[in-house]
Amino acid sequence: MGDVTVRVNGTPHSLDVDSRMSLLDLLRERLGLTGTKKGCDHGQCGACTVLIDGRRAVSCLALAVAQDGADVTTVEGLAADGALHPLQAAFIERDAFQCGYCTPGQLCSAAGMLGEAGPSVVTEDLTADPPLSAAEIRERMSGNLCRCGAYVNIVAAIGDVAAAGGAADMATAVTGTAR
Amino acid sequence: MKPFEYTRARDAGDAVARFRAGAMYLGGGTNLVDLMRLGVAEPDHLVDVSRVGGDRIEPGGDGLLIGAGVRNSDLAAHPVVRERYPMLARAVLAGASGQVRNMATIGGNLLQRTRCPYFQDVSKPCNKRQPGSGCPAVAGDHRNLAILGHSAGLEAAAQCVATHPSDMAVALAALDAQVHVTGPDGSRVVPMPGLHRLPGDEPDRDTVLRPGDLITAVELPPPPPGRSTYRKVRERASFAFALVSLAAVLDVGRDGTVRGCRLALGGVAHTPWRAARAERALTGAPATAEEFTRAAGAELAEAQPLPRNGYKVTLARNLIVATLQELLP
Ligand SMILES: Cc1cc2nc3c(=O)[nH]c(=O)nc-3n(C[C@H](O)[C@H](O)[C@H](O)COP(=O)(O)OP(=O)(O)OC[C@H]3O[C@@H](n4cnc5c(N)ncnc54)[C@H](O)[C@@H]3O)c2cc1C
Ligand code: SF4
Ligand code: FES
Ligand code: FES
Repeated sequence: MGDVTVRVNGTPHSLDVDSRMSLLDLLRERLGLTGTKKGCDHGQCGACTVLIDGRRAVSCLALAVAQDGADVTTVEGLAADGALHPLQAAFIERDAFQCGYCTPGQLCSAAGMLGEAGPSVVTEDLTADPPLSAAEIRERMSGNLCRCGAYVNIVAAIGDVAAAGGAADMATAVTGTAR
Repeated sequence: MKPFEYTRARDAGDAVARFRAGAMYLGGGTNLVDLMRLGVAEPDHLVDVSRVGGDRIEPGGDGLLIGAGVRNSDLAAHPVVRERYPMLARAVLAGASGQVRNMATIGGNLLQRTRCPYFQDVSKPCNKRQPGSGCPAVAGDHRNLAILGHSAGLEAAAQCVATHPSDMAVALAALDAQVHVTGPDGSRVVPMPGLHRLPGDEPDRDTVLRPGDLITAVELPPPPPGRSTYRKVRERASFAFALVSLAAVLDVGRDGTVRGCRLALGGVAHTPWRAARAERALTGAPATAEEFTRAAGAELAEAQPLPRNGYKVTLARNLIVATLQELLP
């Protein structure tokens, strides 16, 4: 057992947790935040993606005890003041899901991704910060699988938000909701 | 998962002091937590070192000193790495996913364990997981396992044909990186690719490290002259381990001969495989496709493919030739 204090979607929680518990299970079983999904429990599908201190991470491989002091944003924390996050609006607009099981992970992953600096492995010139082409989005989102195969519309939805907001604005938007 | 105690170390000294038999260090947990859930790793104590050695990337000599706790994504996004060590940036970016790279540390990446399917399945024998129990991979599913330096030729209780899965380690092997280690017996520096070891008759030992040894940093010497890159062949376009990968540096003189080159293969052996024979064959030779093919052949003459992974010999040869051609000025 161990004590852990985490802020989740702006609310602080102090909990006594079994050291074996993942952050994913803490969110779902202890805090009742079931938006974050369990797909594989091995880091391979991205369904459990949340933002930890503003950075996307797979919560199934994050031990809850190791997150003491962390600021976590889940899909429940993306919308602010009753308004959908731009990514959520774009996913609806573009019909970017079918069953919806992968969607919370896709949304959190995209929110984190839009704030990430630097190249990806498909970037030609590593010293430049490339515009988010469809190829860049596909590579950067490859940690999120969709069994329904909604990829084409997911890429389009994220592309809309990237084009409208720009990466820097998105980073502020995400950290803003996390505080 | 077996119950365990968790503590967070303040610094490297504190981490080593907290280490005892049955303990393991915890980095980002992306490999260790997975293996604990599978029952493959059963530590009774985790010493969290993810914030030890911190997130420093500093100039060191004419090179770079990278703290063991630096996250994989921060290494790849660092301006000096992108500019001077593009091969390393590309290797890191070719591994895992954005989420995993945000969590994974440099120390943990180097010490991640093989993806051999039998190693990960506790219902199966495996000499690496349970010394002496046998190696079902030799006669079984070894499609993605080793073609070089393996121990399939030894007695059943010693065999192992596993590969090391890290992309980053392949680039570090080509760059002659130095791994800084501190442990119960003091501090030392281990040069890459010497951190990892071939299975020999002790396949349970992946590296030359001893119990309690903590990786504190990785030091990069100045980048070798020439053009460089990292290429990875895998079963899907992204988010898959390498079948074969290659870190390559090629320096061609004005007269068209090779002044220097570095070649390291991934996905072919128990260690990142520095292709020293090919490097020697190529140095001083004309920088032509024929010579590249000859050099690749010199390296792969040593290969001992298993019944179902001979394709890797062809793949490695073609990858070396194609990548070197791409690096021609
Ligand atoms: C789905 C998935 C796909 C992946 N795909 C790839 C891929 O394509 N290419 C690739 O290269 N990798 C891939 N990986 C592996 C990933 O790169 C590693 O899991 C990661 O780098 C390990 O780092 P960590 O900090 O999380 O290590 P941990 O899991 O925390 O630790 C790994 C090991 O290192 C030890 N350790 C950690 N830090 C230290 C230290 N400072 N000193 C001494 N010992 C230490 C631990 O005790 C443990 O034995 C993938 C992982 C997943 C989950
Ligand atoms: S190849 Fe090595 S890791 Fe795989 S089953 Fe054989 S002994 Fe175990
Ligand atoms: S549930 Fe975490 S990655 Fe699949
Ligand atoms: S919408 Fe069903 S898995 Fe993605």
